[in-house]
Amino acid sequence: MDALSAFIRDHSDGQLFPWARQHEAAVRFSVSVAQVEAAALQQNILPARYQRNRQAISVSDQFTIFSSCVAVIGCGGLGGYVVEELARLGVGRIVVIDPDVFEEHNLNRQLFSTPANLGRAKVEAAAARVREINPAVTLAPIQKAFSIDNGAELLNGCQIVVDALDSIQVRLELAEICSTMNIPLVHGAIAGWFGHVTTQFPGDTTLQTIYRSWKGGKGVEQTLGNPSFTPAVVASIEVAEVCKLLLGQGNPLRGRQLIIDLLSMEIQVIDLHEEIVTVASEF
Amino acid sequence: MNITVKLFASFRTGRFDIETGDYPAGTTVADVADSLNLPQSELGIMMINNRHVKLDRQIAEGDILALFPLLGGG
Repeated sequence: MDALSAFIRDHSDGQLFPWARQHEAAVRFSVSVAQVEAAALQQNILPARYQRNRQAISVSDQFTIFSSCVAVIGCGGLGGYVVEELARLGVGRIVVIDPDVFEEHNLNRQLFSTPANLGRAKVEAAAARVREINPAVTLAPIQKAFSIDNGAELLNGCQIVVDALDSIQVRLELAEICSTMNIPLVHGAIAGWFGHVTTQFPGDTTLQTIYRSWKGGKGVEQTLGNPSFTPAVVASIEVAEVCKLLLGQGNPLRGRQLIIDLLSMEIQVIDLHEEIVTVASEF
Repeated sequence: MNITVKLFASFRTGRFDIETGDYPAGTTVADVADSLNLPQSELGIMMINNRHVKLDRQIAEGDILALFPLLGGG
């Protein structure tokens, strides 16, 4: 790898290493572009595609992100945007789990759906998209329904899990599995103009609290539907949470639920602790 | 007794954002939801004076009840 490291040093423009050289190095040294990316970041050289991540994300932070594995459960409205943003952020390994194929009613909002890929597995479309936008990222497509039975196996090796599901029951199962496996869970849910986000740390019972009134079935999304913009907003907030958790920066939504109303343009943050509850807004 | 009810998200449609009303003593969260035609299956977070409560909780004079719908889409 010394020759590879020397090639990267010799062909970096200041502290930046252009994509064309990254690709050239992969061919010349018979390694993957991911291996070239790791070799660059290890010597504090940033692949140029990430230059606008700075100063928010340092080169060493970028290596932390590249060395991470994040699981996305569900590849529909939320999941499509989450996968896109994680891949552009530079998360090195993304595991995407969804049993479904694209249907016509997905086209109004699901990022990877097109008329041409109706009938195609959502996770396959996600893998193709990630290969296109960031070939250094490995996407593991799993065309299965996540459940309490296969969950532990599917999440093995993942540092963070993102909830992009459309079922409250499976969300509660996911929350339980994540807690057992000691994995933080970034949760998002949407309906119509509305959405919410929170992050459950291992040992917390955040999703149980949010859905304590749930007795079965779907939420109000069944009648309100899901327009194009709500999943993009909620998914982006989920990815910001993932980025903070990976880097140990900022204040994640632990014990707090961010509630978004795009119709009134109001954002509430409510405290989810059982006894003492404070609210950040006027409410 | 006077109770202030705050509604959020889709619960506001055709109803109100905030309203103070006169309710009989012993009124519960479920009674208020029923009076507003809010199906119990759609109720998510429920809070009185910023504390989480359940449907059978009795409300007291001057309390502020906040109701959020259950969201589950992705």
